[in-house]
Amino acid sequence: MSDLLVANSVSKRFGDFTALNKVSISVPNGSIFGLLGPNGAGKTTLIRIINQITMPDEGKVLLDGHALKPEHIRDIGYLPEERGLYKSMKVGEQALYLAQLKGLSKSEAKSRLKYWFDKLEIGDWWNKKIQELSKGQAQKIQFVVTVLHRPKLLIFDEPFSGFDPINANLIKDEILQLRDEGATVIFSTHRMESVEELCDHIALIHKSKKVLDGKLNDIKRQYKTNTFEIGLQSNNKDEVIKAIREKFEVLPATFKNLYDDIKLNVKIEENVSPNDLLSFLTSKAEVHHFVEVLPSANDIFIQTVKNN
Amino acid sequence: MNHLPLIIKREYLTKVRNKSFIVMTFLSPMIMIALVAVVAYLSQLNNNKERTIAILDETEMLSSVFENTENTTYNILEATELKDALELIKDDESYGLLYIANTDSIAEIAQNIKFFSEESPSLTVISGLERKLERRLTDLKLEQDGVDIEQIRASKTNIDIAQESFDGQKSSKIDNLLKLAFGGIAGYLLFMFIIIYGNMIMRSVIEEKTSRIIEVIISSVKPIQLMMGKIIGTSLAGVTQFAIWVVLGGLMFVIVSSIFGIDMAQMQTPQQEMMNQAMQSQGTQAMAENIIISINNLPITNLIVAFMFFFIGGYLLYSSLYAAIGAAVDNETDTQQFMLPILMPLILAVYVGVFTVIEDPHGTVSTVFSFIPFTSPVVMLMRIPFGVPMWQQILSLLLLIGTFMLAVWFAAKIYRVGILMYGKKPSYKELFKWLKY
Repeated sequence: MSDLLVANSVSKRFGDFTALNKVSISVPNGSIFGLLGPNGAGKTTLIRIINQITMPDEGKVLLDGHALKPEHIRDIGYLPEERGLYKSMKVGEQALYLAQLKGLSKSEAKSRLKYWFDKLEIGDWWNKKIQELSKGQAQKIQFVVTVLHRPKLLIFDEPFSGFDPINANLIKDEILQLRDEGATVIFSTHRMESVEELCDHIALIHKSKKVLDGKLNDIKRQYKTNTFEIGLQSNNKDEVIKAIREKFEVLPATFKNLYDDIKLNVKIEENVSPNDLLSFLTSKAEVHHFVEVLPSANDIFIQTVKNN
Repeated sequence: MNHLPLIIKREYLTKVRNKSFIVMTFLSPMIMIALVAVVAYLSQLNNNKERTIAILDETEMLSSVFENTENTTYNILEATELKDALELIKDDESYGLLYIANTDSIAEIAQNIKFFSEESPSLTVISGLERKLERRLTDLKLEQDGVDIEQIRASKTNIDIAQESFDGQKSSKIDNLLKLAFGGIAGYLLFMFIIIYGNMIMRSVIEEKTSRIIEVIISSVKPIQLMMGKIIGTSLAGVTQFAIWVVLGGLMFVIVSSIFGIDMAQMQTPQQEMMNQAMQSQGTQAMAENIIISINNLPITNLIVAFMFFFIGGYLLYSSLYAAIGAAVDNETDTQQFMLPILMPLILAVYVGVFTVIEDPHGTVSTVFSFIPFTSPVVMLMRIPFGVPMWQQILSLLLLIGTFMLAVWFAAKIYRVGILMYGKKPSYKELFKWLKY
């Protein structure tokens, strides 16, 4: 899988403030790439550089192997966090205008808009002004406008903010479908559960530097603590616990289980196989629950930011 | 990708379809005309007020000059004491009493004329009385000194110096008045245009910022394209509005003046008065011919071409600055601190134009200011009807274009950074830093 977008040690300074310090990322084709970081880390600056809104002081950005050119605007769809539309302009007119700015012809834009408006069941908004719509409704329009020109690269900055759960789900499904149709998505958000749900790659930017990147699963593996949740049932509870404590490191556990005579978190050494733990447990008691504790994106985020 | 036409079209249509724009377009000329009509009507009302002025002339030499007119009745009192006369006019509601005490010499008479009235009298009434008395007293004095008045009248000569330039172009006072009018109108038009539509551009930039659409737009087009599109689109809307105003204004003017029968000629501006004075020395027929000749004498082609270039150049220069201001701030109230430096040269230009160009169109001050780019559009436009050498016009225009490009570069820098800055009001220092981003 080749990379659609490569940022090569990109730096950007605003006066004395360094917004980005030699940040490199590679966004694979057809992936959903989570661009994460605390507020003010430099995510928006990086996104703006990819969109050629600002120019980097140093470094290069390649799209499909070519240095960014003005023509690449057609290949990128960008939904900024600070979004908005012309309030007193009619929905249809505005969508047509924005689509034409992205290089679509008027007739092409019209037929594509019709498709999307039908799909999202918002056809009767065509002649309404934006100011007559609710915030969520305006966001829908904005989403349509962002993806209308079928760009190779879609950049969504907090795409779900302002949507109710139903619409958020709708948009999520649309994003996944676009990915399946071949688009690559850069997804910037603070909501870790949606990162967990959508992203296959992530990069974490903190204090203008990239501190972490890679496949989400690989990262999770890196951050795993070799800890297992176990739930056992036994008649001599205390003895079993004692036996486990002698062999392994045991931590208090909280998880839900039907049989909860014994609930523990057990940490094993790097060189010990989970099978060893499991066979040890089966020899002592009835095993009802055996799950490896995986770090959540949330944990990884907090841990990484705190350590840096 | 050139999106400029698309942006211009959107800006233009949005402006033109805007309700307040439509209302302003059609209402302003009506309001203006209504205002003018009211003022005209009121001043007429004031002039038509009938007055009775009592005259107590103890010398009995001067009362003959007071002839009743439509609005003023002179009540010549005879054989009355001043005390009684005052009582009398209080009762019969006269406007006032002119009292001329009898003394020995004319000089002393002149110094002892008094006007009594309940309220302080109007300036026109007093100066009217003064003029009448002065003429009569001068005549009397001359007579007393044995001078033949007829002879003096006969020897009075009217002079109208015929003006001709070295290359044989004839001109006259009317010429100069026309030139002043042309230059004045052109300069003032530019001034108004910059202020009205510059502000409109600024507001439309701010609107894009506050509605947060700017980042979406700017990811599709270059900021400079957006800025130029805005400037041109708004200007076209401005031209449309102006054209409608001119047509509507003319129409309304004709209609209103015919309906109300207000003689617009009565409302004289100082220029018109000068024009009238110039006219008095000639017959009306000759006058009309002279005006036509004068218009033909004007460097028409030069005027039109220069008007277009300087108007567009000046307007673009200022409107790019307005766009930069709009980009630098978040809301209109924050624009004040940046407006002053823009308005100062503009106002200076109009003052220089009005005071020095009229005085001496080719003097040092006018010439210098017609080269400084920020004042040159207005001042040069006012100077050109008086004939400015081509090299001066071209040099000034080149300077203007150079400054315009610099201003666009500067504005685009500010614009590029500013449109994505929210929250705080920038200082001049920060603006300067933005130039380096």
